[in-house]
Amino acid sequence: MNILSIKNLHATVDGKEILKGIDLEIGAGEIHAIMGPNGSGKSTLSYTLAGREGYEVTQGEVLYKGQDLLALLPEERAQAGIFLAFQYPVEIPGVPTVTFLKQAMNSVRKARGEKELDAFEFKKLMDARLKELNIVNDMVRRPLNAGFSGGEKKRMEVLQMALLAPTLAILDETDSGLDIDAMKVVAEGVNALRGADRSMLVITHYQRLLDYIVPDHVHVLAGGRIVRSGDKSLALELEEKGYADIATAAA
Amino acid sequence: MTTTRDNGLLADHTNLAAALPGAGAPWLDALRADGAKRFAGLGLPTRKDEAWKYTDLSALARSRFAPCCGAAPAPRSPEIPAPLVADGPQAVFINGRFDAELSTLGGAPEGVTALPLAQAMTQEPKLLESYLGRVAELGRKPLVALNTAWLADGFVLHLAGGVTLTRPIELVFWGDACAGDDRSAWHPRHLIVLDPSARATVVERHIGRPGGHFANSVTEIAVAAGAALRHYRMQDEPGDAAHIATTEVVLSAGAAYEGFVLSTGAALARNQIAVTLQGEGATASVNGAYMGRASQITDTTTLIDHAAPGCTSSQTYKGVLDERSRGVFQGRIVVRKDAQKSDGHQSNRAILLSDRAEIDAKPELEIYADDVKCGHGATAGELDDDALFYLRARGIPEHEARGLLIDAFIDGAIGEITHETVREAFRQRAEAWRQGGAA
Repeated sequence: MNILSIKNLHATVDGKEILKGIDLEIGAGEIHAIMGPNGSGKSTLSYTLAGREGYEVTQGEVLYKGQDLLALLPEERAQAGIFLAFQYPVEIPGVPTVTFLKQAMNSVRKARGEKELDAFEFKKLMDARLKELNIVNDMVRRPLNAGFSGGEKKRMEVLQMALLAPTLAILDETDSGLDIDAMKVVAEGVNALRGADRSMLVITHYQRLLDYIVPDHVHVLAGGRIVRSGDKSLALELEEKGYADIATAAA
Repeated sequence: MTTTRDNGLLADHTNLAAALPGAGAPWLDALRADGAKRFAGLGLPTRKDEAWKYTDLSALARSRFAPCCGAAPAPRSPEIPAPLVADGPQAVFINGRFDAELSTLGGAPEGVTALPLAQAMTQEPKLLESYLGRVAELGRKPLVALNTAWLADGFVLHLAGGVTLTRPIELVFWGDACAGDDRSAWHPRHLIVLDPSARATVVERHIGRPGGHFANSVTEIAVAAGAALRHYRMQDEPGDAAHIATTEVVLSAGAAYEGFVLSTGAALARNQIAVTLQGEGATASVNGAYMGRASQITDTTTLIDHAAPGCTSSQTYKGVLDERSRGVFQGRIVVRKDAQKSDGHQSNRAILLSDRAEIDAKPELEIYADDVKCGHGATAGELDDDALFYLRARGIPEHEARGLLIDAFIDGAIGEITHETVREAFRQRAEAWRQGGAA
């Protein structure tokens, strides 16, 4: 059984149909990349999978480990092991990062029937992850994402992913707003989290991220549909020819 | 229809005033008589008064009040919380009257006068005569007039020049209406005078049991050159009480006032503060948070008067309104002609958690000087959807995520409290309110 199975998914935003019949199967431990031009529906797909309000599914189904994903609230999806790394992580002044991390972690643990961590246990775990990911302590002492640089925000996303240990991670344009060095650091963090029991859906506009997070499969999204699928060489082809050719050829 | 004149608020004043503490001192008799006369003429404000356009006192005006019940003891034993700062001095007032047995004031340090008003009338008459009714002039202020008519007890704090009080003085006001059908009203009067370069922190907590009481307090504060007062108020009255607190502050050159009100209680609460920046380089930081649910009305009315050059004022208010509650924010900054280089800022932000909650905000800038930096901002909105989704996408259930965001929002105001222990206590109180509990 696949981890994620999307069948003929149609979704609208503000009454406008953005996703027009997506089919996608992701197996355990696989990394899939979805590439596409602006407006192709990439972010809509990631928000729809994460359960954001306002993204209405009008047709089709999404099964996560064989269960109806669309029936779950956003928090239930996260508790079930889906993690969306945001393209633009939200700044929340006033919420201390540590408080947030602990509450997220314990919400997920509680839902999974695991024991909640006390402050001491949590700190120990967090410190270990910080060290693995080479993140300075200072970041978690600040309010959540508030005033963080683009690179810091993305590393915070990776830290959250490391703590919540998802089964399926959706990385929404993780490279946007990052220079090449920052992107490498984030990619390293993501690669460290690869594993046989963790699938990833890497959504990106540019091929360059895929030099660092190498996918098993690449799909091209255009006009709300997947118009081509292939292996990692498809990304290079896209880089060479651009989206226009591929989208036209597929149409 | 019952009018203000015969609803009991001023009943039998001439006779009852003769039995109030300090009666017989000509200046005090005259002051009370003046208050009574003015209130008799003005009555409780109505919505026709510009300053009361958004807050309706007609329910209060229609109530029957027991004749000056403030002197009567509470019918049940009060529950007085431990001081916020462990082992700190605490003055306890029951229904507006000082209770020596419940209070733990200890001996006042050298240069510090800290005693109930009723006692100050015999011990410190000169101090009272110099300030009472002079910081808060009666003018056309009906509630100050009413308070003055009955002024009998309250707290007096006087610091001699250069004296620093290291621990906050805490004042606890416990309200528990007297028995009977009529409502009870009391009118505490407080005076805080800091001589040059003195420093003090005063904390007020307003609590009690349901019984429909009406607490109408007036606090007069004079801060001399280079002195600094921190003044924190936690208004957590029972849900059927009316709480109207008037604070008037005069700041001399280089003096500083920091005020904060956390208003969570009472059916109707109005916290009105007027600060006059009278001396050059004075600073006022006047902040607060108001939180309402059910059909509570919480009114914040501020007046910051820049009367001298080079003064700074800042106001940060945050409100969270749920269910059918209503918030009122009227903030006025005046910069007089000679008050050049004034810096005055004001911000009021409210979050409405329900479609039926409401906020009326009226910021006003009145600027007569030309070289000033002044600004105001007012917003009203809902919790940030993006933030809410972000938290939920991390597995945090919606009600917890909303709680985190409300706490964070209110913290933006509570963070202005510079006294760490007090800040933490106010933060906890706001959190407890949010979780739906009492204090």
